[in-house]
Amino acid sequence: MTNPTHLSYTAEHEWLETRGDVARVGVTAFATEALGDIVFVELPEVGTKITGGESCGELESTKSVSDIFAPADGEIVGVNAAVVEDPALINSDPFGAGWLFEMRVSGAPELLDAAAYDALIEE
Amino acid sequence: MTSPVPTPLHEIHQELGASFTDFAGWSMPVRYGSETAEHQAVRTAAGLFDLSHMGEIEVTGPEAGRALDHALVGRPSAIGIGRARYSMICAEDGGIIDDLVVYRLEEERYLVVANASNVGVVAPALAERAEGYDAEVHDASAEFALIAVQGPASAAIVAAVTDLDVPSLRYYAIDAGTVAGIEVLLARTGYTGEDGFEIYCAPSSAAAVWSALTEAGTPHGLIPAGLACRDTLRLEAGMPLYGNELNRDTTPFEAGLGRVVSFDKPDGFVGEAALATRRDEGPRSVLVGLVAAGRRSPRVGYAVVDPATGDQIGVVTSGSPSPTLGHPIAMAYVRPDLAAAGTKVQVDVRGSREDAEIIDLPFYSKPFRSKN
Repeated sequence: MTNPTHLSYTAEHEWLETRGDVARVGVTAFATEALGDIVFVELPEVGTKITGGESCGELESTKSVSDIFAPADGEIVGVNAAVVEDPALINSDPFGAGWLFEMRVSGAPELLDAAAYDALIEE
Repeated sequence: MTSPVPTPLHEIHQELGASFTDFAGWSMPVRYGSETAEHQAVRTAAGLFDLSHMGEIEVTGPEAGRALDHALVGRPSAIGIGRARYSMICAEDGGIIDDLVVYRLEEERYLVVANASNVGVVAPALAERAEGYDAEVHDASAEFALIAVQGPASAAIVAAVTDLDVPSLRYYAIDAGTVAGIEVLLARTGYTGEDGFEIYCAPSSAAAVWSALTEAGTPHGLIPAGLACRDTLRLEAGMPLYGNELNRDTTPFEAGLGRVVSFDKPDGFVGEAALATRRDEGPRSVLVGLVAAGRRSPRVGYAVVDPATGDQIGVVTSGSPSPTLGHPIAMAYVRPDLAAAGTKVQVDVRGSREDAEIIDLPFYSKPFRSKN
């Protein structure tokens, strides 16, 4: 699975699509392949202030549960109700319909470009 | 650390796009695509598993049965030829060393199948316990590959490739025959809660057996299935897993498997005194099923709590969202006085208490189907 070059990435296997100060956030295909079939997702509510690097939700697969880490400081401005209803979307289309939430980013988080993220997951 | 050992089917798994996991020193396919789809295939059609990591120990000789009666908690000398029995090997203190399937292949020949993680302990223990008996113990794990076909379509699939009469092979029976012309041992056993077969063959023949079953099974909906779905299948079926529900600190009585212990054996058996005490005093904790009310799943190690007092009353040993039932299920050891079906409990799921209810195992039983 190719990591799209127009996105930014974190070492916690999340991607960000930034438009102005709002970023749409999801998890990468690499992460979904490691998790297996996701059956339950818990997302932060709109209006929640989140802190970069801290857990703000959960992804649960048959095998395991993992935290969703806030990729940056900011505030939740939207959540993807479709993935709450049908978590399999995260597996089938992680960079598209399987997005998780949108946040207003404060400050300038340190993110990876696709090449740097490719190198990270090659390790 | 030594690198994990590939099974004889490793290249086939790679071609099928499997994800691998290190399991008991083996590199095993954990899933080929979606483990949920693999799980559903086993419940509705058939799944094909590589279980070549399992350990096979041959016990042979005129006193093989008596030696096993002494070594194990069950009574293998009473197993009919061509039949199998679920059993356990326990330590002197009654703790479970491993759970096993014992096949009686001939009058003086048994095949003891152990978990991959335990065969290195079980084989020497059997050899030691067989001393003084006219019996030989041989760890034959390297001489066997093991392929399982599990699911309601498995009988039709296996019948298409074997010379054995599948309808007359009963549940927990085994026979020597051929699959695709290759000599195998064909057993009607499994670990999924479905009808199914386990096929023991030479490692050099494994690829041909796998291919023949794939070809015969694909029209029936058979797909390759990995260890991830094997775990959810056995959990739904309420089957214990060594290392989770069973371990050295647990006796068969805690696990609700006291029925596998035979106390009426002429030579006695290793662990008898401790197990008799536990039988008489009752288990210190009881293995139960839990159904979670919410969507967050109990997982291994999570505390089970009495909602009235907040006291911990047990611990989860396995837990997962159930693909068949659509809600989380778990097994847990709880205090005997709070183990009755219908008891409301809570599970500490990463800091928040989630409601759950104790239910009788299993969570899933296969629907009745006419024998074929």
